[in-house]
Formats: sequence, C-alpha cells, structure tokens
Amino acid sequence: MRTGSLLSLASAAALCAGMAAAEPVKVGMITTLSGGGASLGLAIRDGFMLAVKQSGSTDIELIIEDDQRKPEIAVQLADKMIQSENVDILTGIVWSNLAMAVIPSATAQGKIYLSPNAGPSALAGKGCHPNYFNVAWQNDNLHEAAGAYANTAGYTNSFIMAPNYPAGQDALSGYKRQFEGELAGELFTKLGQTDYASEIAQIRASGADSVFFFLPGGMGISFLKQYADSGVDIPLIGPAFSFDQDILQAVGDAALGVHNTSQWNKDIDNPENKAFVTAFEAEYGRLPSLIASQGYDTANLLLSAIDKADINDKDAFLAALREADFASVRGEFSFGPNQHPVQDIYVREVVKEGDVYTNKLVGLALDNHSDAYASECKM
Amino acid sequence: MSFLLLVEQLLNGLQLGVMLFLTAAGLTLVFGVMGLINLAHGSLFMIGAFAAAATSVATGSFVLAAIASVAAAVVMGALVEVTVIRRLYKRDHLDQVLATFALILVFSEATRWLFGSFPLYLNIPDYLAGPVTLPGGIDYPLYRLTIIAVGLIVAGGLYLLITKTRLGIQIRAGESDREMIAALGVNISVLYTLVFALGAGLAGLAGALVGAIQSVQVGMGEPVLILAFVVIVIGGIGSVKGALVGSILVGITDTMGSILLPALFRLFMDNASASSVGSSLASMLIYILMACVLIWKPTGLFGARA
Repeated sequence: MRTGSLLSLASAAALCAGMAAAEPVKVGMITTLSGGGASLGLAIRDGFMLAVKQSGSTDIELIIEDDQRKPEIAVQLADKMIQSENVDILTGIVWSNLAMAVIPSATAQGKIYLSPNAGPSALAGKGCHPNYFNVAWQNDNLHEAAGAYANTAGYTNSFIMAPNYPAGQDALSGYKRQFEGELAGELFTKLGQTDYASEIAQIRASGADSVFFFLPGGMGISFLKQYADSGVDIPLIGPAFSFDQDILQAVGDAALGVHNTSQWNKDIDNPENKAFVTAFEAEYGRLPSLIASQGYDTANLLLSAIDKADINDKDAFLAALREADFASVRGEFSFGPNQHPVQDIYVREVVKEGDVYTNKLVGLALDNHSDAYASECKM
Repeated sequence: MSFLLLVEQLLNGLQLGVMLFLTAAGLTLVFGVMGLINLAHGSLFMIGAFAAAATSVATGSFVLAAIASVAAAVVMGALVEVTVIRRLYKRDHLDQVLATFALILVFSEATRWLFGSFPLYLNIPDYLAGPVTLPGGIDYPLYRLTIIAVGLIVAGGLYLLITKTRLGIQIRAGESDREMIAALGVNISVLYTLVFALGAGLAGLAGALVGAIQSVQVGMGEPVLILAFVVIVIGGIGSVKGALVGSILVGITDTMGSILLPALFRLFMDNASASSVGSSLASMLIYILMACVLIWKPTGLFGARA
C-alpha cells in the first residue's frame, strides 16, 4: 500500500515532468495591427512568424493581440496575457510610450520581455532588468550613427529636427552626442504633424549644410515629398525609419539618394540574411523591412534559448538568452551588460532597383556600437 | 529673422487655412443645416485621398485623380446619409457622436481591407512640381500656390451657391428653421442628402489635394477633423463665411506661432530649451485662440446661435 502510493506518486511526478518538457513556451505578442502605425506591427508579426515557421518548431505557442497604438489598451492586453493566459514571454511592442507602460510591470511580475523595436533610454540605464532584452537597438543608436556619418561626410553645420515626444528628444540628443559640427537650427515638430511648410521655410533660411531629421512613418513621407517639392537642396540625413522598405514606395523619387543609418539592410552579406530575404519575399510577396528583420531576429533569439534551456528553469533560460547564440541576419550580434545589442551600424543610400525603391549599403557608421546608458545599468 | 521668411510663412499659413476651409466648410454646413455632429467627416477626406491615389496609379492623370476623389466622396457621402445619417437627425448629439465614431472605425478597417496597411503613393504632377520665384525673390512651391487658388475658387463658388441660387436659399432657410421649410413644401430629405454630399465632396477634394504632398494612409483624416472642428467653433457653427475666416486665422496663427514663439523664447533661453518650450506652446496656440474667441464671442465670429 505504502510502496504503491509512493510509486504512483513517483510516476505522477515523472508524468508531470514529461508534460512540462513537452509543453510549448507561451509567447504573447502585443503589437500595432490597426490604425496609422499598423504597417510596423505587421512587419514585426510577419518576421517573427516566418522564423517560427522556418524552424518547424512546435515549442512555441503564439498569441497575437492588437494594441491599436494606445498605451491603455497595451496595458490591458498585457494584464490579460499575464494573468489569464499565463504567458511565459511577452514581445511585439513598436512604440516607446507603449513599451514604458507595459515592460516595467511585466518584468517585475517575472515575465521575460523581448523587445523587437522600442528601446527607450529609461530601460537601458538605471531601469534595466534581467528579464528585459532588446533585440533591435537602444533608441539613440541610429541617431548617433547619423551624427557619426555627418562627421565623416564633412558636414559642419546641421539643422536638426524631430517630433516633440520622448523618442524625438532621444533622437536629437543621440545625433548631438556624435556630431562635432555646429547646429544651424534645432526644431521640435508636433507628433503626427502632416504639413512641414513652416519647417522647410526655416531650413531654407538657416544656411545649414545638412539636415538631420527623425520623422517616423507617415510624418517622414509627408516631409520628404514636401521637401523635394520646395526646391531646397540641402542634403538630408536620417535614421532608417523614414526610409524603411514598407514606406519608401509611398515616398517615391523624393527619397532617392538620401543617406540613412541602419543596423540591417537586405544586402548585408551573410547566408542567413540572404535566406531571410528570399524566404520573406516568397512568403509575403514583398521585400522585408528593417522592422521585419527585427521581428525575425527576435524569434530566432527565442528559439535558440528554447533549444538550450527549459523555460521552467528561469535562470538557465535567461542565461541562454544572454548568450544570444543565434545567427542574426544583421551579422555579428551580442548583448551588452544592459542586455541591449552591441552591433555595427551602417550607412545606406536610397536607390531604385527596377521599379522598386530600396536601400543599398554604402558604408559603416559605427563599429561594434553599444549605447550611452549601459554603464548606468546595475544588474 | 528675414522678411522673406515671414512672407513665406504667411503664404504657408494661407495655404494651410485654405486646405482647412475645404474640410471645415462641409462640416459646418452639415452642422448648421441638419444639426448633426459628423465625426466621420475625416473619413470622407481619407476616401478622397485613397480614390485619388488609386486613380492616379491606374491612369497617371492628376486631374482625373482629383475628379475621382470628389466623385468617390460624393457617392460615399450620399450613401452614408441615406443609410445611416438620416436616422440620426432626431437623436441627441451623443447618439450622433457614437454612430459617426462607429463609421470612422468601419471606414478605416474597410479601407485597410481594400488597400492594405501600407501608405499609398500619390504624387504631385510634373507640371505642378517644383518651386516658382515670386516677386521679391521668394521661392515658393507651385503646387501650394495651386492649392491656395483652388481653395479660393471653391470659396467663391460656395459663396455664389449660397447667396445666388435656389439651393442656397433652401440651405439658408434650413439653417434658420428646419420645420418651417419642410412645411413650405421643400423636399427636406433630398436637401439634406445634397448638403451632405456637397460637404463630402469638398472633404474628398481636400484629401486628394493634400494627399499629394502628404502620406496617403489609413487614419489620415482624424488630425484634420480636429482642426476642422476648431475652425468651425471659431468661425461660428453653420456659417460658411465663418469657416473661411476661421480657417485662415487658424492657418496663419499655427504657422506664424511655430516660428515666432521659439524665436521669442530664444531671447532669454538657450537654443534647445527655447525650441522645446516654444514648439510646445506653438502647438497649443490655436486652442488658446479658440478659447479667446469664445470668451469674446461665445457663438463664434459669425455664429448666429450657440
């Protein structure tokens, strides 16, 4: 009787253990799938799902929800995913303000967060957390690279411009951190602004030799079209966001020749990237964007950790994530002490290939670059 | 700050104002004649832009694209009026806001379903591209001058329509007493559909004109809608003249504020914080203007009733 119950207990325990091993890792993806910013969320989702599909892995159970680009909805979805769906890992958020609303509370509740895009400075320095990984960049990175590029291109007098919100302020300080020249003017625009006639008039009057701007999504499309039509011919520099594959077709000729900075491009020469670009085009019928590459890398990072460790052994799983033992499509990739990327950032130029507007690599802006906040992170 | 920059900014303000007028005119007519708050007006603006982009890709002609934008918005406006809006006139404003907000969601998702989530391409035609040199040596984009001209022509046309035609008399009569003109034998439901379709067509045209210099994407109508509401509150609800004056006032305040305020703060602050404070204040300026107008004239500049 006694041995019998012990035996059954043991077999029950064995059964449980067996089930735990077979149980897939539950991933909650909260991203923007409707409204004006939907193209970014779709790119993350498509990249992520492509990587999961290619791996053939059955270890991931993916739940996808739309945050509509609203912080309060993102918070509700995160609560639902953590409390009732009981996910192990959260990912997907595009925007820094939504990230700030969701990530600190999710990581404090013991959930792992893998950021495929937003990298607010507050989470890279003092607010860093062992459960938080950024697979894309710290927000300042591409702007720092743009400043470094402006130096090598010989520009000495820049007019700089970004929307008046946290990521816009990070953008201007990132550019100024690297740029060694003078500023001909510094301007904050309204978030979501669509008419830039007033800003363009000030650029014309400023006597600058270069214009740095950070205007993601539709704002960038509007600015570039109006700038091209204004007859002002001061060269433009910007981070990749206004020149990403999914919006370039809407900008058209107005973007041709503009230099922009990015940690990825479709012609980075490594086998993983080539395979990614071909597979993405075959699957979705369009060229992948920078944001899609970030979604793809996020999924591959997660898959590499699942291969090495059991999600129920939290410490081992985090250690496996920190190793970043996956082949990133951007080439060399590792995590710094604050679990943000250390990576090369390139300069790209907008070109036309046949009928398609796209980017080609023209140089390296920053080599093996980390971020300015890593030293403040105490983990 | 040079004289040339100021003149260029004045032109920019005028152009923004004229564009706002095209959207606000329809909104204020619908509110004045039918007493309806139409939040879906911005969606008609978006429909105009998408119709223009699709036509421009298919035919390569900007004129056809502009015509298509008006046609699409008029048809969609009439359709919505007959199927949905008509049922709302007797309801209170809260029901109208709820129902027309639902229309925004329906239109946005339907547009995404038809055209996808990625912004569309609509560009300025070659013959309107590039800057022209104005007297005094100002380089100004020809396309923006065209927008100003089109807007002023539409404003003149609306003035003639409202003061000189039978339809205009009925619209004005509808504004002052809805029941009475129905009792006089005017077919009020046809009049309502016409007014709604007219407003929709103007919004559609604005969408096409603006779409060529901005990004044609889902959700592009909502920021314009907010500004259009500010305009009609300043101008006086129901007044087309008020909408014109209000639009140009808002346009010029907005563009001049965005350069003058940061320059003002630069006198006693360092550059970075002056830009930041000045820009923040400049984006509030039109709302401050609206508050001041309402304190001075609670019904708006040309408003007949509150």
